[in-house]
Amino acid sequence: MKAFSYERPNSVAEAAEIAAGRPDARFIAGGTNLLDLMKLQVETPRTLIDVNRLPLGAVADTEDGGLRIGALVRNADLAAHPRVRRDYAVLAKALLAGASGQLRNKATTAGNLLQRTRCYYFYDTSKPCNKREPGSGCSAIGGFNRIMAVLGTSESCIATNPSDMNVAMRALDATVETLDAQGAARTIPIAAFHRLPGDTPQVETSLRPGEIITAVTLPKPVPGTHLYRKVRDRASYAFATVSVAAIIAKGEGGRPAAARLAFGGLAHKPWRVETAEHALVETGSADAAADRVLAGARGYGSNDFKIPLARRTLRAVLDEAARA
Amino acid sequence: MEMNQPIGATPLDGRPDGLVGRPIDRIDGRLKVTGRAPYAYEVREPKNPAYGFILGATVANGTIRSLDAAAARRAPGVLHVMTHENVPAQGEKREQVWPQLQGTEIRFFGQPVAFVVAETFEQARAAAALVKVAYEAAPPKVSLKAALPEAYKPKPAQTDPDSQAGDFEAAFAAAPVRLDVTYTTPPQIHAQMEPHATIAEWQGNRVVLFTANQMLNRGQKSLAAVLKIPETDIRLVSRYIGGGFGSKLQIQPEATLAALAARIVGRPVKVAMTRQQEFHAGTHRTDTIQRVRLGADRDGRLSAIGHESWSDAAIGDQFFETAANVTRALYAAPHRITRHRLANLNVPITSAMRAPGEAVGQLAFECAMDELAEQLAIDPIELRVRNEPEQDPEKRVPFTVRQLVPCMREGARLFGWEKRQAAGTRREGRYRVGMGMSAAARLNPLMPSAARVRLDPDGSLTVRMAMTDIGTGTYTILAQIAGEMMGLPVERIRVEIGDTDFPMAAGSGGSFGAGSAGSALYVACDNLRQALLKAGDLAAEGAAFADGRVTSGNRSEALADLAGRGGMEATGEIKPGRLKEQFSHYSFGAHFAEVAVDADTGEIRLRRMLGVFTGGRILNAKTARSQAIGGMTFGIGAALMEDGVMDPRFGSFVNRDLAEYHVPAHADVPAIEAVFLPELDAKANPLKSKGLGELGICGAGAAIANAIHNATATRIRDYPMTLDKVLKGFEEQEARAARRS
Repeated sequence: MKAFSYERPNSVAEAAEIAAGRPDARFIAGGTNLLDLMKLQVETPRTLIDVNRLPLGAVADTEDGGLRIGALVRNADLAAHPRVRRDYAVLAKALLAGASGQLRNKATTAGNLLQRTRCYYFYDTSKPCNKREPGSGCSAIGGFNRIMAVLGTSESCIATNPSDMNVAMRALDATVETLDAQGAARTIPIAAFHRLPGDTPQVETSLRPGEIITAVTLPKPVPGTHLYRKVRDRASYAFATVSVAAIIAKGEGGRPAAARLAFGGLAHKPWRVETAEHALVETGSADAAADRVLAGARGYGSNDFKIPLARRTLRAVLDEAARA
Repeated sequence: MEMNQPIGATPLDGRPDGLVGRPIDRIDGRLKVTGRAPYAYEVREPKNPAYGFILGATVANGTIRSLDAAAARRAPGVLHVMTHENVPAQGEKREQVWPQLQGTEIRFFGQPVAFVVAETFEQARAAAALVKVAYEAAPPKVSLKAALPEAYKPKPAQTDPDSQAGDFEAAFAAAPVRLDVTYTTPPQIHAQMEPHATIAEWQGNRVVLFTANQMLNRGQKSLAAVLKIPETDIRLVSRYIGGGFGSKLQIQPEATLAALAARIVGRPVKVAMTRQQEFHAGTHRTDTIQRVRLGADRDGRLSAIGHESWSDAAIGDQFFETAANVTRALYAAPHRITRHRLANLNVPITSAMRAPGEAVGQLAFECAMDELAEQLAIDPIELRVRNEPEQDPEKRVPFTVRQLVPCMREGARLFGWEKRQAAGTRREGRYRVGMGMSAAARLNPLMPSAARVRLDPDGSLTVRMAMTDIGTGTYTILAQIAGEMMGLPVERIRVEIGDTDFPMAAGSGGSFGAGSAGSALYVACDNLRQALLKAGDLAAEGAAFADGRVTSGNRSEALADLAGRGGMEATGEIKPGRLKEQFSHYSFGAHFAEVAVDADTGEIRLRRMLGVFTGGRILNAKTARSQAIGGMTFGIGAALMEDGVMDPRFGSFVNRDLAEYHVPAHADVPAIEAVFLPELDAKANPLKSKGLGELGICGAGAAIANAIHNATATRIRDYPMTLDKVLKGFEEQEARAARRS
């Protein structure tokens, strides 16, 4: 860990202003990811801006029947929120599938959106990594890549986004609300929030320098059966090998009348292919959907199993939805 | 006392309601859960410590071309940067304890190349990152499989690497039923909760180390050799230890570096390894490749048993995993071989981890037995019963007590083994369900130990020995032994251990801790009893110690009165004797596991598990159970998840933290139960107890692996059994089914 200065602003505007003047500053809320990375010197911010005092901790109904979740709402609180449990069960389930009880008590909504990849080589500063040190190379390619991506990869990076919450947010079409130093607000659809690695894997989101997340808004509830299936190597505190967030509304004969499917563990961002959802509704076939989700999938050796696993997991989830 | 003949009746035999065996809570439990038990890093005795941080090599094979510590030396708070260029002279490697920062040669990734001492931990860590090291690096050699052709027969450790009886090759070739299978186990990391940590303080020419170490007297010797000072000038103190599992059997680099640096900076130096450093600068269990060959007749009677194991060691070391040792004693067969071969690789130091040998040996061998049972269509328990030996089949001496068959029978009854179905036939919803079992066996050694007891005028007793408690419950069982021997409640007994200023003790390792240290204490107490009787001129015959008094004939005296104003002291010693070679000393047990495998995803979840064990006299039913289920939990990890993944390009472990090196967490450990059958082993030690610290892991993973086969009809021979390997089996089965239809 390198020495850093510490700021604790009391307003969002103040926080954004500090951040705007210091490009190597980082916001810190729960610190469940950032502190680990700082101890390993993967992250070396000169300034930490502690946002825990900002008034961003509320969960409120929106006028159109949706839900606005403050950036600082803790994962544990969000998972337990009555409206989330009732109307956005896929989100509650995804949150509870993530991390551990202690971590969920600390981790925040915005922090979870921004958590960084768990790629082993990203965490080891003695190894080349384009995400940590652009241009140095990708050690995961040609290395041990069991937890890495099979979709949307590039020659620069095959890392995954490790979040469970993000997968549910993607299925729910959440929007991310931000404020910049000039006080300008904008909303970013979740689909456009996380990026594919391309040749700039160090740029993980569409946030601009100094821009601060203030809330995540969910549109009005999506009817149907909400499922989150996380396939994992152990029953607690393990990142997904593959996960599926599904919202399935049944029509005549129990066939899916509407479907939303988002996948975790497969790519640098939560993976959702709308044409796969249409195919599922049109044909009722899990495989037809899987074909579209996995189009262009490519294994890198130790993660080859993810491709058949994703297909099998999707089948299992759709079976479960059919039985529900 | 030397164990030359079986122990007759002892004071512990006459009191079934006595303290020994009772499931009392740990006497140090309250201190621990309230944070008042200081572990090495938390000891406050040394004043004003400086903080050390280890910098490890970032290549696995090469030399240091240049090392520039100028920026680190200028960094805030830095007191000293020790490197190969300025490290004080040291002695020779002793056992697996190397002198530190010697020369420019790098043998493994993470090998310490600098030690930075600063006013604060953060300053030391930040400065370490400023040390610039340039290496001349060659590709590391880390693959055991690739090194098989050059593997050699290592120097004998406690036992010879090879054994044989009869003519194995001929008998195997002639056997009507043959099995020839190869299993592999990966590198495993101890993952003990407390990392290695030391505070070193020089008091004149004597150095005191508050450290996390399982075997203090051994540590004292090796550190003396490395520091080139007399043993008596080294004091090791380890009062509380947060787990060891073998990782703390020997001095680790942080202790040596702290001792060297503390002398230079003239202040206590404190250091803990980071979790990442535990994977590289600490020790780990080697990977193994094990070939098991079994030859039997059609009734399952074994004629030939072959077990060969290959493992790897760090450059310049010959530690080998004795995976096939237990096979020498487990089942009868006239023709047999075991062989151990070793390859030296650019891997971090391989060493003992919980049940070295047995733990991984039985992962292979007990699955091979399951495969043979399947091949013969004989129940796996029945196969083992048919090959039960009358005596140790290689040493050709009797077992002290061997209750493997009763353990298997009782386990089968308690577990509902009769409900086990043919492989791949039991389905419950999305799950494929199966049961498996394994035998368990673990060597039961006795090691020299000594103890001193002191009865004070207030009638309280103090026990002192250089024994350690690594979380196993040693404090408690020692209090129970002393309490029952002296007729005192545990509240009147002070147990002071973890200090080389106290009488030499075996330490915690190899399942010998409780039996060895406990026996020394037993002898010390017996000597104190004799002294008290003598002081009171009381007849020894029929004397009873209870409630702080001794009663003999029609007289009853308070112990406090007999001890007199100066109190009374006694010492005791135990040593292995002739019984060691005259008998074969093992603990036995049987494991039963039921798993559910997700038919879609291949995820394996353990549903329930039972271990039935015989461990001689049980000293504390609660801590014994904890030891057993703790070992079984290790077995869950070995079977399902533990996997130190080495990247051959870099020669380093990839998953070097506890987020990615998986050990079982609570949700992975369902209802597991341990049952002990009554047993006394009068040939083991005066307590008639056997070791329990490692028995629980032996065979536990194999029972789970066998359950996975029973559930899925897929045989995986490459540990750990992760979902991707199960899926491969599923896909093959589905492809076959598709071809048929």
